[in-house]
Amino acid sequence: MKAALKYLLPFALGVAVLAAWQITVRALDVPVYLVPAPSDIARAFADNFPSLMASLWATLQVTLIAFVLATAGGVGLAVIFSQSRMVENTLYPYAVALQVTPVVAIAPLILIWVGYDRIELALILIAFLVSFFPILSNTTLGLKSADHNLIDLFKLYGASRWQILVRLQLPSALPYLLGAMKIAGGLALIGAVVAEFVAGSGTATGLAWRIIEAGNRLEIAKMFACLALLAALGIAIFAALSALEYALLHKWHESALKKQG
Amino acid sequence: MLLSLRDVSKSFASGTQALKGLTLDVGAGEFLSLVGPSGCGKSTALRLIAGLIAPDGGAVNFAGDKPETGFVFQEPTLMPWANALTNARLALDLEGVARGEAEARAAEALARAGLKGFEQAFPRELSGGMKMRVSIARAIAAKPKLLLMDEPFAALDEPARQALNDDLLTLWREDGMTIVFVTHSVYESAYLSTRVAVFSARPGRVVEEIALKPPAQRDERYRLTPEFAAAAGRISAALKAKP
Repeated sequence: MKAALKYLLPFALGVAVLAAWQITVRALDVPVYLVPAPSDIARAFADNFPSLMASLWATLQVTLIAFVLATAGGVGLAVIFSQSRMVENTLYPYAVALQVTPVVAIAPLILIWVGYDRIELALILIAFLVSFFPILSNTTLGLKSADHNLIDLFKLYGASRWQILVRLQLPSALPYLLGAMKIAGGLALIGAVVAEFVAGSGTATGLAWRIIEAGNRLEIAKMFACLALLAALGIAIFAALSALEYALLHKWHESALKKQG
Repeated sequence: MLLSLRDVSKSFASGTQALKGLTLDVGAGEFLSLVGPSGCGKSTALRLIAGLIAPDGGAVNFAGDKPETGFVFQEPTLMPWANALTNARLALDLEGVARGEAEARAAEALARAGLKGFEQAFPRELSGGMKMRVSIARAIAAKPKLLLMDEPFAALDEPARQALNDDLLTLWREDGMTIVFVTHSVYESAYLSTRVAVFSARPGRVVEEIALKPPAQRDERYRLTPEFAAAAGRISAALKAKP
């Protein structure tokens, strides 16, 4: 009963809000170019289905490629940091500098350098820059959080640095990495959208471009449809990464234990 | 004799001098307890013997090659992502023992440590005492000649601690290994040891060595005998003496 309520209540709230929205907009006769009713948005969605799906696919591609690159790059650099204090001390300040500089401010530069004829590459690069840092910093912290007594025990048994890394440090960092991936997945989507807004026109074909396009034409219902798709995409990424986290951690990690209790 | 520490001193970067003038012999096959006040360098002595840290002065010498050494910490120090069997296999895995053989030996070690049937259990599913048993199984799976134990039972409740004391003595007798056991409990050292080295306050050194002759087979009744009381009394007196 409690479990059913957990899913039923948010769903019921959503339905109630949509119903109230629909009734209010119709009752007050709000023009569709200001606030479209949910039914208008659904119609806009159906009418533009092929082009919206193509845009969703474009945005999804940029987001996923950037996310995978950020995860691989972040983990790779964190592993290098864990092996060499000197490399970490040398590079970390620049990673921080890159992180704290607002990506919107760097985006035009990247677009110019990479070129509008290779817009997809530029979008991926920008989304990568936004999502890279949480992976790097959390994995670096996770690799350092391995139990020091266990490291001593590994050394006592003659373990190589490789064995300590693979059998001890990487598993210790896994909960940190998975937490960072949930953040980075959302950031990659934000990066992909922001990059397209900055690009503004040209060959970009993602959902962000559809929003600009629809806004210019005052197709507000279509803008809402794009927004709903972006939200759904963000939720899907988060849900997929949460499922991955559960699959990898639920047998042993404390965070999963509390949910069971 | 298995190993000896000669005039060993050790300071840490913080400036704390943990050990000064520590001289101690460890004989093959004995159960030697290191007893002393908190912070007297007992654990440091254990880590020196293990080779995890190097002395500033003096020397740690082994008769022959450094023996296969196991280490049991105060915390169970298990890998939380690995089940009991995989944890017990650690030393064998790192030494490159074939998987099948490593699993068989680890399963045997778990059974001997009293955990038959818990091979697949993850650490968080086990009680404190059972986790410590996994830790002991991991240490004995590699058949060490020398087992170093750093207050392994200090965090356990009394019944779990006494059960582990008896099981540890059985393992020690069966495997003929040498155990160096750090504890701050007079009664634990009196029950377990064939010899007790009493440490001074920091910087630590051995102020008295007490040889004990406990019966080979002992159980709870031994704790009620005059011999046990006398042994505990001698250790206690040595601890309180101000040299």
